[in-house]
Amino acid sequence: MSEAPIAVAMSGGVDSSTVAALLARNGHAVIGLTMQLWNQRRLPDLAVEGAAGRCCSLDDVYDARHVAEQIGIPYYVVNFERQFEEHVITPFVSEYLAGRTPIPCTLCNNFIKFEQFLEMADAVGADKIATGHYARITHDDVTGRYQLRKSVDEGKDQTYFLFGLTQVQLARSLFPLGGMHKAEVRGLAREMQLAVAEKGESFEICFVPNGDYAAFMSAYLREKGIAETATHGEIVTADGRTLGEHAGVHHFTVGQRKGLGIATGEPLYVISTDAESQRVTVGGNDQLLRAGLTARRVNWVSIAGLTMPTRAAVKIRNRHRPAEATLYPAAGLSGVEVRFDEPQRAVTPGQAAVFYDGDLVLGGGWIE
Amino acid sequence: MVSCLGQVYGNASSIHHFGQVAKQRLETARRQTAALIGCDAREIVFLSGGTEADNLSLFGIVRRSTTHSHIITTAIEHPAVLNACAQLEREGAAVTYVPVGSHGLVGPEDIRRALRPETVLVSVMHANNELGTVQPIAEIAAITREAGVYLHSDGVQALGKIPVAVETLGVDLYSMSGHKIYGPKGVGALYVRRGTRLDAIQFGGHHERDRRPGTENVPGAAAFGRAAESAGAHLEDDTQRIAGLRDRLESALLARLPHSGVNGGRAARTPNTTNMYFDHLEGEALVIALDLRGFAVSTGAACSSGAVEPSHVLTAIGLSSDRARASIRFSLGRDTTGEQVDALVEAVAASVAHLRRLSPVAA
Repeated sequence: MSEAPIAVAMSGGVDSSTVAALLARNGHAVIGLTMQLWNQRRLPDLAVEGAAGRCCSLDDVYDARHVAEQIGIPYYVVNFERQFEEHVITPFVSEYLAGRTPIPCTLCNNFIKFEQFLEMADAVGADKIATGHYARITHDDVTGRYQLRKSVDEGKDQTYFLFGLTQVQLARSLFPLGGMHKAEVRGLAREMQLAVAEKGESFEICFVPNGDYAAFMSAYLREKGIAETATHGEIVTADGRTLGEHAGVHHFTVGQRKGLGIATGEPLYVISTDAESQRVTVGGNDQLLRAGLTARRVNWVSIAGLTMPTRAAVKIRNRHRPAEATLYPAAGLSGVEVRFDEPQRAVTPGQAAVFYDGDLVLGGGWIE
Repeated sequence: MVSCLGQVYGNASSIHHFGQVAKQRLETARRQTAALIGCDAREIVFLSGGTEADNLSLFGIVRRSTTHSHIITTAIEHPAVLNACAQLEREGAAVTYVPVGSHGLVGPEDIRRALRPETVLVSVMHANNELGTVQPIAEIAAITREAGVYLHSDGVQALGKIPVAVETLGVDLYSMSGHKIYGPKGVGALYVRRGTRLDAIQFGGHHERDRRPGTENVPGAAAFGRAAESAGAHLEDDTQRIAGLRDRLESALLARLPHSGVNGGRAARTPNTTNMYFDHLEGEALVIALDLRGFAVSTGAACSSGAVEPSHVLTAIGLSSDRARASIRFSLGRDTTGEQVDALVEAVAASVAHLRRLSPVAA
């Protein structure tokens, strides 16, 4: 075995299982690793039997182990619970309590699935890592940069969550599924008779059962012995009318319509939340529209940076159709002002704004 | 065991000939096991393993007692004892967890101080599974006897490694496991001193003198008995040879690798175990690196997924969480050779050097 092994991040799902099996079939030395990120038993109040897509469930570990056994590769579960709590859970909770709507998957990708996982790969002597992400990596021989591109399966594309990847991380990562459609992946899994070939998808944030963020937050704070302070406030309109009360701004996200507990003639949406005053401002759909946004802590991926106004398509949510815009370098090196051609609905602080040129990911940052 | 599986198909509780053959095998195994620890065959209960032996001891004693019973155990017990105690606490019992010092040894006087009028049981493991430290059971037994309190000892890690004589130890209950003495997994035994008032915790037929209902695992018990017999015959030779290899491993690693050391006291230990720290690395990564090189070592504990969990034992002897995570346990056995130990030293030295090169905190 002259070639250094490839460490595959195996979640127990069909995608990463297929990645491991494909690499092994192509003659690579492969080591399968499952990252244990969160212990569901920690917050027993939240336990939901049989909830799909649970993070680090035992079933997923069994599945990953079974696949590793089928394809004959060494397999280990590695404990990243400490790092996950520090880099993902803690910021997630504090962002939420500050009235923003964080996306833990990006933090997890940046700090855990790539940074920590690469360290583990180094430890076990692997040069490269491979994951089941739907994205492509290319190399620009002119600029010398690694570039991130959308998956050929637009519906599965995960580049929105990958904008934080560094050049070093991209240089060492393989996304073997980026050139395939999901149906092909499942077909390959079936062809290779992988135990997980018919396994369902997981969508929700892995450590939050049933997508109930507020319940997770309460249970977590209770476990930590932190009192939930100032957990109620007023629901007001932009012109200052008080419409009702609520149980804490962290129950609300910009653009939300359901669960306001107010009966009015026209549909009302959350326009903004303010953690300090615990005020939730609501209004009509048109009040959700924004002409632009400021992105901070921008990471440039396929280009070195922004020196002049640049045209781009900007995605402000995972399920958002990228909007045409112009990017302006903002004060401070890592800021970008985004001016949309057409106003966009529900620009949400805490979410990411990711800049595309066609299928190329230029970079991305956090919405202020 | 194989002959039992193939030929002895009778139920040991049946009256007919086939049942009697099975019964004979079972009783032979009981005598073999009793001989290893110096007790009467009637004091041996066969069951499914060390965990069941621990649970039967703890729940069996407490349920027999009147209300508000108190148990004394230690901070470094196996989860089979600690989690049984946690459940007993939920059921209303009081439990004192006696701490241990940096040597990983329980102080008998600490046990004495923890005694209360309502104490019904003291449970102290004979040898610790992570450190190998051998606890002063006989001294503790002198205290429990004086106080009129039962003494249970989890002997899973001691049996076959060091001499075990239940009379000398003075224990009332002693847990044993098959696979720790080169027998099969899924079978164990509990020594119950005659006269010990122990309730059953499972209910069914009258097997094992009403201590443990359920059709006996005759092949498992037969294999356990054979393993016990073999352990007795090998004990003296094994002990000296394996301790020699363990010391060779330790001194070579300590000489080769700076910022390393042995966790817990080195004097009173089982011959086969050493727990060492190699600062500035993650023990989990070292375990994987060594496994990929063909050596099976372990860290403190594994959770149900197989991931490494922080070791409660290393924490209890006062290690920082960094050092606890930088620790691994080596276990040697009857088949370990000097060449294997030397090869292991090379593999550990290479892996530790590699991991420390990657570490941001390494000197």
